[in-house]
Amino acid sequence: MSKTVKFKIDGVKIKGRAGQTIMDAADDAGIYIPRLCDVEGLSPQGSCRVCTVKVNGRPAAACTQPLTEGMDVENDILEILNYRRDIIRMLLHEGNHLCPICEASGRCELQAMGYRLGILQPAKYPYLQPVRPIDASHPDILLDKNRCIRCGRCIRASKQIDGKNVFGYIGRGIHKGLGVNGRDLAGTNVHVSDKAVAPGTCPVGCIIRKGLGFHEPIGRRKFDKVPIGSDIENPESGRGK
Amino acid sequence: MAKTKVIEIEPVTRVEGHGKVSIHLDDHNNVKVARLHIVEFRGFERFIKGRPFWEVPVIVQRLCGICPVSHQLAAAKAMDIIVGAKKITPTAEKVRRLMNYGQIFQSHVLHFFHLCSPDLLFGFDADPKKRNIFEVIKKMPDLAVQGVMMRKYGQEIIRATSGKKIHGTGAVPGGVNKNLSVEERDFFLKDIEKMKKWAHDALNIAKNYTLEHLDMIETFAAFNSSHLSLVREDGALDLYHGNLRAIDAGGNIIFDQVDYRTYNDYIMEEVRSWSYNKFPFIKSRGHIDGWYRVGPLSRMNTSGFIDTPAAQKALEEFKGLTNGKPNNMSLAYHWARMIETVYCAEKIEELLHDPDLQGTDLMVRGDRAEEGIGLVEAPRGTLFHHYRVNENDQITYCNLIVSSTNNNEAMNRAVTKVAHDHISGKPKVTEGMLNHVEVAVRSYDPCLSCATHALGQMPLVLDLYDAEGVLLETKSKNL
Repeated sequence: MSKTVKFKIDGVKIKGRAGQTIMDAADDAGIYIPRLCDVEGLSPQGSCRVCTVKVNGRPAAACTQPLTEGMDVENDILEILNYRRDIIRMLLHEGNHLCPICEASGRCELQAMGYRLGILQPAKYPYLQPVRPIDASHPDILLDKNRCIRCGRCIRASKQIDGKNVFGYIGRGIHKGLGVNGRDLAGTNVHVSDKAVAPGTCPVGCIIRKGLGFHEPIGRRKFDKVPIGSDIENPESGRGK
Repeated sequence: MAKTKVIEIEPVTRVEGHGKVSIHLDDHNNVKVARLHIVEFRGFERFIKGRPFWEVPVIVQRLCGICPVSHQLAAAKAMDIIVGAKKITPTAEKVRRLMNYGQIFQSHVLHFFHLCSPDLLFGFDADPKKRNIFEVIKKMPDLAVQGVMMRKYGQEIIRATSGKKIHGTGAVPGGVNKNLSVEERDFFLKDIEKMKKWAHDALNIAKNYTLEHLDMIETFAAFNSSHLSLVREDGALDLYHGNLRAIDAGGNIIFDQVDYRTYNDYIMEEVRSWSYNKFPFIKSRGHIDGWYRVGPLSRMNTSGFIDTPAAQKALEEFKGLTNGKPNNMSLAYHWARMIETVYCAEKIEELLHDPDLQGTDLMVRGDRAEEGIGLVEAPRGTLFHHYRVNENDQITYCNLIVSSTNNNEAMNRAVTKVAHDHISGKPKVTEGMLNHVEVAVRSYDPCLSCATHALGQMPLVLDLYDAEGVLLETKSKNL
């Protein structure tokens, strides 16, 4: 049995296990640390920075930072909250996230995070309004890269679970985006049963199953009744993650 | 060279969306030209190109915050064809119909109680400080509350069938995404008798107003026109599905039982340089004489009968006024609108007692098609949606003819007639005269941009220019 590691999150004493990340230990303790690029079943990537916490006064990504004895983690504080809000706002402004007409609305983690963090209106940054062509070439799956947030979940799922490399990053900096291993999605070996394109892998409305949009009525969608993170804070709710 | 003065009413108030009226006067203040301009450009037909087809019912309903259900249903009907759903399930059709009746019920009530009642109750020339909804609330609080509660009832039906009161997602290609639960049904049954009674009371107000002011209404913005609407196969009024019927001003059939998917063979659209709104016309009659009206007045004129008792009785009285011939009075729209409100309440009750609404067979699919045309009767009239989809499921073509577009020529004629009758030759243009023009436009309940609309202290600016464009005089209110 792994060694117990004692630490604190926002002053609350927590017992974790050696080898765990801060996020895993927080999840076990019922404390939700917001995240977008991290998802159960895939190795953490630490790229979205939404899970940033302060560890002994210094920022760190909770999804990749291992526990150490006695560490003092600050999660639910205004400084961090504002930092996360800015990240979510930048993501919302960088892509074309038109929630009212997006079929991911109600189950979208970016939208749900916006609500959870109290971002109720556009502000602060200019909309970049990218014009990226939709890849509708595949018979079952559609790729709308205007909604991609570069979380890399599809990339990791394709590699780590499906044993393929259908998706990958292309470009650098602000030009970094999602690419496919072929002339288009139809030119890859992706299959509708792949984890990379399964519901829940893409946190937004970038990878969508064709012809199923809006089949889930308003009121019964994943985040209609409970906010994102409820599955961790209240495991009996059975919703959220 | 004779000087021309231009009066502009911008925006036209107490209508959905934004438009302006321009009235050109000569040196003797005689009206030369009067026009209703649609000043907003929306562009939906262009920017849905490339989007996946199943998004369309949800996207295009954003054209409007008052009748999004109509756009959602027309688009969904077009997409039924795309997904090969030749016949949707009884549950799906009845849920959609319930949604449509709830929508038309609330929209008609909104127009009658909130937008036009100040004109009818206080007079077209009344002091504008009193000619508004707030004075209605003060003077007739029971009536005002009824209007609010009836609208709420219709909105709740939309919420129950589409997920949200505005811009829901209920109608999807091939059917619907939810049925009506027993709890929801019982919630609506609880108040249906009250809704029917209030609808009937409102009908009496509209009818009595028409009969008491018949001398004025027979001439105010009245002119002959053709009329177009959906009718059921047996000629009955139907707001969700049927075939097209067009009649001329004398009641003669121009075409009947036309499959709306062939609308392109019967209807064309003309573009004029001074408006973003097109001018549709009946092909066989040409663009000069082929214009027509749509909406409640036209539906009363084209329908042979109504299949609910109270609305049928009201229709008989309505048709009796013109001895069974088409009614061509613009202000009779109000009476016709309230007959439909009664009809919707009766149809809602009929559906609430139908167990098919609790069915679980919600969607069907069949052979994929590349072109779909959907049509419904929206509150303001016949609504056409036409799409083409490529092999990758993306929209490649879209054409929408919305209700207020169909009424474009008619509204311009109404503006022209009222301007001639009430402004021409008068030495001074008063606010009351301008409101007469607005009353004429308002009778059509136009949704000028199909955009969401703020009720209340809408600003109005009137500028008088000479022929060189020099501003002579400005009047304004609520600025």
